[in-house]
Amino acid sequence: MSADPKRWVAGHVASLPKSGIRDFFELVAKMKGQDVISLGVGEPDFVTPWHIREAAIYALEKGKTYYTSNLGMIELRRAISTYVNDHFGVSYRPEDQVLVTVGVSEAIDLALRALCNPGDKVMFHQPCYVSYHPSITLVHGEAVAVPTYAKDGFALTAEALRAAWVPGCKILMLNLPCNPTGGTCSVEQLTKIADFCREKDLLVMSDEIYSELTFDGVHTSIASLPGMAERTIFLHGFSKAFAMTGWRIGYACGPSVLIDAMMKVHQYTMLCASIVAQEAALEALLRGWDSVLKMREQYHRRRDLVVRRFNEIGLKCHSPRGSFYAFPEVKATGLTEKEFSFGLLEKEKVAVVPGAAFGENGLGHVRACFATSYEQLIVACDRIERFVQTTAK
Amino acid sequence: MNPVLKLLLEGGSLTTAQMAQVVGLSEAEVQQHLEQLKKDKIFLGWRPVLDLSREAAAGVAVRAVIEVKMTPERGGGFNRLAERLARFDEVEACYLMSGAYDLLVFVDGSSLQKVAGFVSEKLSTLEGVLSTSTHFMLRSYKEGGFLIEQAEATTSRLNVAP
Repeated sequence: MSADPKRWVAGHVASLPKSGIRDFFELVAKMKGQDVISLGVGEPDFVTPWHIREAAIYALEKGKTYYTSNLGMIELRRAISTYVNDHFGVSYRPEDQVLVTVGVSEAIDLALRALCNPGDKVMFHQPCYVSYHPSITLVHGEAVAVPTYAKDGFALTAEALRAAWVPGCKILMLNLPCNPTGGTCSVEQLTKIADFCREKDLLVMSDEIYSELTFDGVHTSIASLPGMAERTIFLHGFSKAFAMTGWRIGYACGPSVLIDAMMKVHQYTMLCASIVAQEAALEALLRGWDSVLKMREQYHRRRDLVVRRFNEIGLKCHSPRGSFYAFPEVKATGLTEKEFSFGLLEKEKVAVVPGAAFGENGLGHVRACFATSYEQLIVACDRIERFVQTTAK
Repeated sequence: MNPVLKLLLEGGSLTTAQMAQVVGLSEAEVQQHLEQLKKDKIFLGWRPVLDLSREAAAGVAVRAVIEVKMTPERGGGFNRLAERLARFDEVEACYLMSGAYDLLVFVDGSSLQKVAGFVSEKLSTLEGVLSTSTHFMLRSYKEGGFLIEQAEATTSRLNVAP
């Protein structure tokens, strides 16, 4: 009998591709201490504002070290309900329509596990966050990718959605603004998408983690459009807007029946999110808005800086309406996105993520995160310029 | 708002060339904005933020905060006296306050004696000054927005993340 433990790994897990970011991560890790400027991160460069950290320390001092309700602390759910109503114009009952989770990632997993039968088809726009496709595979769903294009600023269009739709589609996953493209939809585009969802009876999972980092225009949640709240699970969290990635705290809001189904999975797996993180999140919602605005202003200036520089350098780059990612096209250099990323890292010690990591529609692009200081961004852009001038075919 | 002022408000220490990159102007235009801010008396000047407890030779060993009570003058209020007081080199900052006293004066000196001498010989003898109350600073925990001896832990963020 073979001794290979591989035989115990579940088939659908064994066949999951490794994250496209992983190889690159290893390579960058090896170059530690070599003055590498990383535009490859996926989190704010700010530390969580002190008043939020201090609230967590205070909670620990007061002995808050126990489980909370499966749904999350009621005070936090109330604050979330108020916040979502004020900022997104959708009203959710704190008692049974809000679920506090361990980051939006858990909320996505819960929603898919609670709603997706084996073989159900789940639509998502691509390029997209690296975990969407695998999350669908893990619940034995069938992933249906909808392409978005640079010419539309990587906004999802109802036309592309209709073209990709096949019978059996049950869920549409949205991430607006989008990681890695920064693309988002205008109200008109979103309205058409909402119409399509009602026509095809699609349930929407809307991951709006970057919504506070919208620079041009106002962010609109699809849940706020007429008739959509009843078919939308609104997913949000604290990682990006409040610079709280390591706290792992997010939430889901939606119809009580769906939240209850997600809560079932949550109570048997995670039980509840960390009470300390929940206390910090409460403080963030009550008193953190000024910090959000300050950080957003800086991201805005950084975006304008990198987008302008990329275009000057000859890397065609649409201006992302939200998020802290620029997604320039590198085709003009004659290099593939992989050659570009690896070459840039080796020659100029700047790390950007090859776009293919975010799905095949990311080919020919790289993701550059501008959540880093002005000084670093200026130097990084100068190095990229030198790389393009000396290496372009 | 002046784009350069917005950047200055962030409290960074960019060179004018770097500022030009960030706000998307030429360096000359940034200079013009700075000149305008100076003309408008919004931007008063550059100054480094230093922790002088680490450098005795710098000559600022002692800092004091002095509460000053004074008699306002008809027509001019506290202004004439406050402006006169502010001109002394020893005075680092000077504010008119609401509450139990009138002026709050920050004074730097190379020794306790020097600061005490300034208060007793110059400050309290000014006509109109009724009383002073001097508090010597013992230790600084934050200076001009910078934390002292409790910097954030060096970052161990992942270099590449999804």
